[in-house]
Amino acid sequence: MTYFIDRRPNAKHKSAVNRQRFLERYRKHIKRSVEEAVNRRSITDMERGEKVSIPTKDISEPVFQHGPGGARNIVSPGNKEFLEGDKIRRPGGQGGGDGAGEGGASNQGEGDDEFAFTLSREEFLEFVFDGLELPNLQRKPLKSLEEIKMVRAGLARDGVPSRISITRSMREAYARRIAMRAPIKRALKEAQEALAAEERKDPVLRNPARIVELKAEIERLEKRIEAVPFIDTYDLRYHQLAAQPQPSSQAVMFCVMDVSGSMTQNHKDIAKRFFLLLYLFLEKHYEKVELVFVRHHTAAREVNEEEFFYSRETGGTIVSSALTLVNKIIEKRYPAGQWNLYIAQASDGDNWDDDSNICRDLLVKQLMPQLQYYAYVEITPHEHQSLWHEYETVAAQFPERFAMRQIVDAGDIYPVFRELFKRRLSQEQ
Amino acid sequence: MSVARKPIATGSDWNFSVLERFDEELARLADEYRLDTYPNQIEVITTEQMMDAYASVGMPVGYHHWSFGKQFLAVEQAYKRGQMGLAYELVINSNPCIAYLMEENTLMMQVLVIAHACYGHNSFFKGNYLFRAWTDADSIVDYLVFARKYIAQCEERHGVHAVEQLLDACHALQNYGVDRYKRPSPISAEEEVRRQEEREAYLQTQVNMLWRTIPDAPNGVSPLPGSLHSEADPLGLHRGGIYPSEPQENLLYFIEKNAPLLAPWQREIVRIVRKLAQYFYPQRQTQVMNEGWACFWHYTLMNRLYDEGKVDEGLMLEFLQSHAAVINQPGFDSPHYSGLNPYALGFAIFMDIKRICDAPTDEDREWFPDIAGSPWRDTVEFAMRNFKDESFIQQFLSPKVIRDLKLFLIVDDDQMETLEVAAIHNERGYRRVREALSTQYALSVREPNIQVVEAAIRGDRSLTLHHVQDSRRPLGRSVYPVIRHLQQLWGFPVHLVSMEEGRVTRRYQWPIEEENKEVS
Repeated sequence: MTYFIDRRPNAKHKSAVNRQRFLERYRKHIKRSVEEAVNRRSITDMERGEKVSIPTKDISEPVFQHGPGGARNIVSPGNKEFLEGDKIRRPGGQGGGDGAGEGGASNQGEGDDEFAFTLSREEFLEFVFDGLELPNLQRKPLKSLEEIKMVRAGLARDGVPSRISITRSMREAYARRIAMRAPIKRALKEAQEALAAEERKDPVLRNPARIVELKAEIERLEKRIEAVPFIDTYDLRYHQLAAQPQPSSQAVMFCVMDVSGSMTQNHKDIAKRFFLLLYLFLEKHYEKVELVFVRHHTAAREVNEEEFFYSRETGGTIVSSALTLVNKIIEKRYPAGQWNLYIAQASDGDNWDDDSNICRDLLVKQLMPQLQYYAYVEITPHEHQSLWHEYETVAAQFPERFAMRQIVDAGDIYPVFRELFKRRLSQEQ
Repeated sequence: MSVARKPIATGSDWNFSVLERFDEELARLADEYRLDTYPNQIEVITTEQMMDAYASVGMPVGYHHWSFGKQFLAVEQAYKRGQMGLAYELVINSNPCIAYLMEENTLMMQVLVIAHACYGHNSFFKGNYLFRAWTDADSIVDYLVFARKYIAQCEERHGVHAVEQLLDACHALQNYGVDRYKRPSPISAEEEVRRQEEREAYLQTQVNMLWRTIPDAPNGVSPLPGSLHSEADPLGLHRGGIYPSEPQENLLYFIEKNAPLLAPWQREIVRIVRKLAQYFYPQRQTQVMNEGWACFWHYTLMNRLYDEGKVDEGLMLEFLQSHAAVINQPGFDSPHYSGLNPYALGFAIFMDIKRICDAPTDEDREWFPDIAGSPWRDTVEFAMRNFKDESFIQQFLSPKVIRDLKLFLIVDDDQMETLEVAAIHNERGYRRVREALSTQYALSVREPNIQVVEAAIRGDRSLTLHHVQDSRRPLGRSVYPVIRHLQQLWGFPVHLVSMEEGRVTRRYQWPIEEENKEVS
């Protein structure tokens, strides 16, 4: 007897839980590998998973085993030239022998001391962003319509046919039928019993009129039972929907980048990576985050994501142009009362000298009061210039919400990123 | 004589109706050969599902544990890098017998796999004495479901971490979860659920009985002072012999019943691991036989299909190539060598039994007077039913197979400067090679022999185990992590003593600090 079953449509990822347990258990090891990987990778690479290695001794499952030493007999196949009594040098001994005996030629290629496996993209990002959070995410007043979600809220007697609850309607109908039939059934039973009693009597004592009367009564009652409707309008029940406002926080993140002539390709790559991390981070953690990309040289322009990262443009540097544009966009599209506002800026610190204090004033007077957080990374191995110093005064005024760090080479990006977006919990304590 | 060829299907594509027709043919032939099998449940699965099945060591339903995740990642990695092909099939000792077939297999592969797993392995599971004694094919799936549910409940109640640590400790000892000489009662899921709660309560009282300090009620012997007065122990507190009265080889059972501090749910989990270890116990001892038997039958059945014209030459050639790859045995000096191939060895022996029955030579008559010339079908059946690898090789490895595989015996003694070739495939060597190969498959030699000898119930509650050392082979370095796990389960210090011929060769203990104290 044989049954064939096609299991292919069945759930995959049966091992998902076990896999998670494993990753959880070796979190520390994996995190180290992931950090190395992020520093090593190029931007376009972030979309794939990562190969991770853990020392085998750290994850072994020990059992009682024989160790090396002592005397043992080994039977092997493929004897060509050996005769009984031959002595063979130990493999691996002086001169290397001819490789006879145990385990001579097994594990080649991959070393045995590393357990290697591949993280999926999701798992990889999970580790990259582990412990990071958008700073100062506040609950803002609910935005009007979009935030309302229809939820099921019990049952009602009225509604549209498409929302009929069949089970509940049938149950009501059933209950009603029982209730309506019960008294009739009782009367019917009584009548039938009376009729039976009458008919059991001696023919002489029977009352023919009574029998006729009872029979008529029975017939009438049976008709009444039949007349009870199977389902009635009273029985119908409808699923009820209620509008429930969903408390949710929405945020917008402005990515501001300098693409002026003073930014070398290397600078841009680093800046791009910083934003890319940021972008992946937001995409992953917050569904309701909007992104606005602003690139600037002497003039600022809002661009789409593609253009932001991949198109080329050069010129001088006026940082305030970008800040002004951001401010305009905020006024027009993202009123501070409804949105959490974040700005992340990357630059090489180069700016027209008299522009830096304009930037500071713009920040202190207009932007900072509305913002949740401002992160500035300066990508330069050189001395800081006026922009950095002006920003330092801003940071002093808004220590909680303004952060600035310097990045020298690609290896710094990830640590700086982590530092900027570390869970704020520890700082508050 | 040539047969009119009417192949059931040609090419390499398959579909369910074709498979069903092949299965009907195979079932008919198997019936003709009197193969006694469980009903088959053949499940077609994807590559990923096969990796899942691998990771859960072939249990169709498994409880959650990180080690299975590790297994999965390892399989996935090896498979993706092309280092390893997945098995074409996986078969579970259950009733009905569940066999997984990969969807990527060609038609030939599917037919081969059905013959191999659904008629070969299946009949082995049903017939071999070890499987009959140790496993209950009817209830294993139910039991696995019970185990998974129970462990999930424990995780909810006591936390994933606590359960994980317990499982780690149990897994370390799972090869020591079997009574080799007692037949266990079959496990049944309903029974387990029904009895599990009362067992929890009852077990706990039993343990308390063992550790309680109140003397026994004066019915019969009183443990209190009086008779047998001794200077060293005037109150007679240490009388009553040591516990357990005989060494115990089933460490997990001993822990389950006697570990003083385990909570009832912990005992139950120890029991689950022990029961599952018991289920796999026959498989660990019959690998050569089981694979050999399955290969023998797929080879026989496929040839019959060909003889009857049910498959075409193309499929048959593909089959022969695949079969040759499966039973290939590279020599010890080949770069592909990774030990003896159980498929090759088992297949060679079963084929040779058949040859000895059908066309015995003088040598066979001398070596196998009982089976030479006997009906082959009955003889292979007898061999399949009544042996395990160790005894099967001892009984049936013929000089011809030793010659064919060119087996030779090497003695590796660390006190000698060189390895020595002790026997080769000649008149003088056959018996020694056979003896040594048989021993090589004996579980008792492959795994260190370790037993509980004393639980100091009247002392510091420490647990003492003996390792019976053989041929000066010491324990591997993993001994410390294992006894640490053992100590976690037992709750008090654990001592492990390696003994050879009555002499102590090495002592291990956990916690280690104590040792240092003694030394200083």
